Amino acid sequence: MDTVLLSRLQFAITAAFHFIFVPLTLGLSILVAYMESRYVATGDRDYLRMAKFWGKLFLINFALGVVTGITLEFQFGMNWAEYSRYVGDIFGSPLAIEATLAFFLESTFIGVWIFGWNRISPKLHALSIWLVALATNLSALWILIANGWMQHPVGYVLRNGRAEMVDFWAVVTNPYGLLKFAHTVLSGWIVAGFFVLGISAYHLLRKNETEFFKKALKIGATFALVSSILVAAVGDFHAKEVSRTQPTKLAAMESLWETTNDAPMYLILVPDPKNERNAVEAIGIPSLLSILAGQKEIKGLKEFPPSERPPVTITFLSFRLMVGLGFLFIILALWALLKFKTIENATTLLRLLLWSIPLPYIAAQLGWIVAEVGRQPWIVYGLLKTADAVSKAVEPAQVVASLVGFTLFYGALGIIDIYLLAKYARKGPEPKEV
Amino acid sequence: MEFQTIWFILWGLLWAVYFALDGFDLGAGVLYPFIAKNEMDKKAMLHAIGPVWNGNEVWLITAGGATFAAFPTTYAYMFSYLYTPLLIILFALIFRGVAVELRGKATSEQMKKFWDFWVFAGSFIPALLFGVAFGNIFMGLPFDDSGYYATVFSLLNPYGLIVGLLFLFTFIVHGGLWTALRVPDTLAEKAALKAKKFWYLQAICAVLFLILTAVFTNLYDNYLKLPYWFVVPAIAVACLLATGFYLMKNKRGKAFISSVLFIITVVFSGVIGLYPNLIPSAIDPKYSLTIFNSSSSPYTLKVMTIVVIIFVPIVLFYQAWTYKTFMYKITEKELKEEGY
Repeated sequence: MDTVLLSRLQFAITAAFHFIFVPLTLGLSILVAYMESRYVATGDRDYLRMAKFWGKLFLINFALGVVTGITLEFQFGMNWAEYSRYVGDIFGSPLAIEATLAFFLESTFIGVWIFGWNRISPKLHALSIWLVALATNLSALWILIANGWMQHPVGYVLRNGRAEMVDFWAVVTNPYGLLKFAHTVLSGWIVAGFFVLGISAYHLLRKNETEFFKKALKIGATFALVSSILVAAVGDFHAKEVSRTQPTKLAAMESLWETTNDAPMYLILVPDPKNERNAVEAIGIPSLLSILAGQKEIKGLKEFPPSERPPVTITFLSFRLMVGLGFLFIILALWALLKFKTIENATTLLRLLLWSIPLPYIAAQLGWIVAEVGRQPWIVYGLLKTADAVSKAVEPAQVVASLVGFTLFYGALGIIDIYLLAKYARKGPEPKEV
Repeated sequence: MEFQTIWFILWGLLWAVYFALDGFDLGAGVLYPFIAKNEMDKKAMLHAIGPVWNGNEVWLITAGGATFAAFPTTYAYMFSYLYTPLLIILFALIFRGVAVELRGKATSEQMKKFWDFWVFAGSFIPALLFGVAFGNIFMGLPFDDSGYYATVFSLLNPYGLIVGLLFLFTFIVHGGLWTALRVPDTLAEKAALKAKKFWYLQAICAVLFLILTAVFTNLYDNYLKLPYWFVVPAIAVACLLATGFYLMKNKRGKAFISSVLFIITVVFSGVIGLYPNLIPSAIDPKYSLTIFNSSSSPYTLKVMTIVVIIFVPIVLFYQAWTYKTFMYKITEKELKEEGY
């Protein structure tokens, strides 16, 4: 294998692993902050126990999210030196701003939150977790502005053999990046909503602290419902933006080969990229694709030379599955809220909710695959090919060694993380003080 | 002043602050298995760095991010040339971070031992290798416009190792002082004792560094051109002596402050010697990556300067506030109550 493929594989693995921890922290920080604020406002100690219980689970994830993030920053220079050189004038800024505005805030106040229980006032303590929540989401903003630029470059000129920034404001307000930010952050909120829902369901099934976990379940379900409705709405805008700016990605997401007016959407579809067609197309809804994409004519993949098309099957399947899961989330969260009064007896639903914990994680990963695989073969859409972005000074053997290292280390960390999460989730909150 | 020079100073400052802050928690991690012999001691040492290590490490991410934003060509080549050593540092930092956070949650003795090992190894490796990396940068890396010609083993040359040891011993003294300031008395005495012993090793390495730098690098050229810059390394020497002096007198707060100033002035001594290079080429100076041939456009540098001027003071303000909030002596009673 060559350095390009190995480096792509390594980036995919390390980013996917980082993206296991990040989505949960995006939403769970907000939920913990909300719970603690309820405690400060009402004095109800159940909310304090709640904040501490979910706070502990949050912290297990948080450490892993932070340390795996450093890997990604380092890899830009280590594995993608030509990319870094070519886009550093633009791409480096949001990254540096992310560190200055968000990482410092996040990592400083998480320390205050963990160690400050007896050192600062309850109000200041609640404020510190709100700052963590703000910073976590703010860091997603900057990294997705950076990523949005890779998807749809704006505010630059090509000069001195690289892309140079001429309009910082255009880069910051790039609609592609902002929509992606909203879509991604909301998907993280769903992860957290279902995390709280599922763990609460687990304890309700065991009749453990029913009052306490019903309260928590309601918070989780409300948050999950609102987020999953919003994520679908934002997703719709996002798809329209993709159709305007990345026609090859849209065509791959829908496995559309021929340019079509009033394109239908097929509920059942099996791509056949080898023969540049679909093996099966059935149950078409007329014009739906054109409506969702926001334009009458949709360009098919055949408009573009094969060397500029992304892998179709994986992009298509990931997109379909993500959208399907999105609808499932709305149904499950709504169902939990409608049944709320007697939910402790609804064992089937509770079991479903428990087993749904991994689903939003999977949906988030699938969304990421659509975004990143669908952008291929470009690393910066239309400007720079992935194959031209890799480090020249790095040998395949070096990447093999690091790839094996990352896979083993991350695998071990993943197992430890799941083990600890399961252990502390099962244990439940600290007992009530008498 | 050109924006490139401003960013060169900021680049130096970010590294200096990073080493001054993360230096003490790395140093405490190296000392950890040698002075914390029972469960209470271990908890105390982790508690001593717990509230701040994470915020400290962000200075590294920021130093990396700033290099990327301000000097992308240097970022690209520095990170790809130093692929393997950086990878080792990265693995070490990952495991250390996780170890510090998760050790308290381990239940079996085996797991505790595993994390204990990584608190140590994950601190020792970066402390040494950051020094080796900077030593090699001071000497210049063997690269021209067609590639890079060194291996991880050639980086472990005598000069690189001396700078590595200087970093390691400096961090141990620094970490010993921080520990002594924060943990209960018996353990604090042990930490201070170690700091005293390692101060001698630190001083020996510092002298060797001053001499060997003349032999192996061109860092003194800038000083000989403008001798008044010698005041910076002179302050560094004075701070090192002050650290030792206060250590022997058991004035640990003052010793720690002296140690902070020593680290900052040492980093700047190197940075002044490098200017205007970021990474000199050991093959021919014409290939060197300088702040002028590897920087971002003036527009980007201007935008970034505005961001930094607004936000870095805010960061410094709230980090200083956390240091003030957590700069207290931990008691045994408190450790028994904490679940950390």
